[in-house]
Amino acid sequence: MQVPAYVEYEKAASVEHALALLARFGPEARVLAGGHSLIPMMKLRLVQPETLIDINGLSELSYIKVTDGELRIGALTRHAQLLDTPVAGQCFTILHDAEKVIADPIVRNWGTIGGSLCQADPSEDLSAAFAALKATMVIQGTDGGRTVSAREFHTGPYETVVAPGELLTEIRIAIRPGAPAGSAYQKVGRRVGDWPVGAAGAAIWLAGDAIGAAGIGLTAVGAEHFAAAEAEDFLRGAPATEASFVRAGEIAAEHCRPSSDQRGPAGYKRHLAQELTTRALRVALSRARNGALSGARPQDA
Amino acid sequence: MQISVNVNGTDYAAEVEARLLLIHFLRDELRLTGSHWGCDTSNCGACVVWLDDLPVKSCTVLAAMADGHRVRTVEGLERGGTLDPIQRGFAECHGLQCGFCTPGMMLTSRWLLDHNPDPSPAQIREALSGQICRCTGYENIVRSVRWAAEHEAAANAGTTTTDAGADRAAQEPLA
Repeated sequence: MQVPAYVEYEKAASVEHALALLARFGPEARVLAGGHSLIPMMKLRLVQPETLIDINGLSELSYIKVTDGELRIGALTRHAQLLDTPVAGQCFTILHDAEKVIADPIVRNWGTIGGSLCQADPSEDLSAAFAALKATMVIQGTDGGRTVSAREFHTGPYETVVAPGELLTEIRIAIRPGAPAGSAYQKVGRRVGDWPVGAAGAAIWLAGDAIGAAGIGLTAVGAEHFAAAEAEDFLRGAPATEASFVRAGEIAAEHCRPSSDQRGPAGYKRHLAQELTTRALRVALSRARNGALSGARPQDA
Repeated sequence: MQISVNVNGTDYAAEVEARLLLIHFLRDELRLTGSHWGCDTSNCGACVVWLDDLPVKSCTVLAAMADGHRVRTVEGLERGGTLDPIQRGFAECHGLQCGFCTPGMMLTSRWLLDHNPDPSPAQIREALSGQICRCTGYENIVRSVRWAAEHEAAANAGTTTTDAGADRAAQEPLA
């Protein structure tokens, strides 16, 4: 029987209250959102916070909306809400691709977007999706808010820039009007709902027959900042062709540092980084070219 | 800490440790042992209950998180001594063998039919994909949910089914 160690518990009534509680209980306090990463870690005694600050009552952090040319996702939004919200998929199909393969429908009912990001598992799916989309994280502290790019959010396995006393409140993704855009997420796992052996997300913005800009996210393969920056550099201005995508996959694989574990050997994961990057780019292009069908741009953008 | 939870329409107040998991609160404190404690790792789904209006894995929810909320367990499926159509479907279609996964399967199935009264077999499998049956009874579980969907549709339409056997089953009390 796995039970967490003794822990104190506080229920936050507002963002301000949560921040006050975090300040009061110090660095040994942990924010409890859905708990679907934190509670299993506590049961295994891999983390042992002194105090849990439950933010599940903060309905003001649960929303998905398009504001000021950005898709904005509240940190307490459940995975199932993201998957069930059409505008999220219309803006960025990659988000629905990824959500469909995160855990299972029951876990998605309660696990949260912000919780997944703050847990900062090196195999987490949305970290790669948000890296591909070059999202921005909004972090609140008692002294006010700050924004951090998705690629600066993680400082290492299970570590983020969210300091003790701070709270991730929102994820923002800029919607670029005009250019045809498409995005996709490709994942290989050992079984349905499992963490990925390897996964890649891609977003591309076309400029005629060329790629105006590209974002590539990688997870579970030791990619720095969950991204493939060198492959993105290669794609900028390159023709939107299969040859470009194959080469981008090769570059992405060259720059990641997978490690062998129970999910597979490093060489296989490197192969996945290459192949899944190419596949994600291929699907993203197809969606960009069929924008009306994939809804790459929302009506209200 | 003091919590109050409404379980199957009844209010319960209890003094619990913050680390107590919801599944153990239900089984050990309230003696509602219909919800099963399975893998303990949020994989198997034997512990699925509703928290407010959503199925959740109660081995990965603290009892404290249910404070001030509603919980529905398998004991809350029947209404006034009448089994829920989902329960009847599992009985009719042999949707269980050992029965360990069944409470969780039925609670998710009930939620599915509440949101999609006519799910395809593929939709049923997707909805139940976070739950494991080790008697390999998935085929019959899918049939059970379809049975419930069809009988609810017939009941809602105020018509009787043309399937004499199924019709009889819908009227006769189950053993």
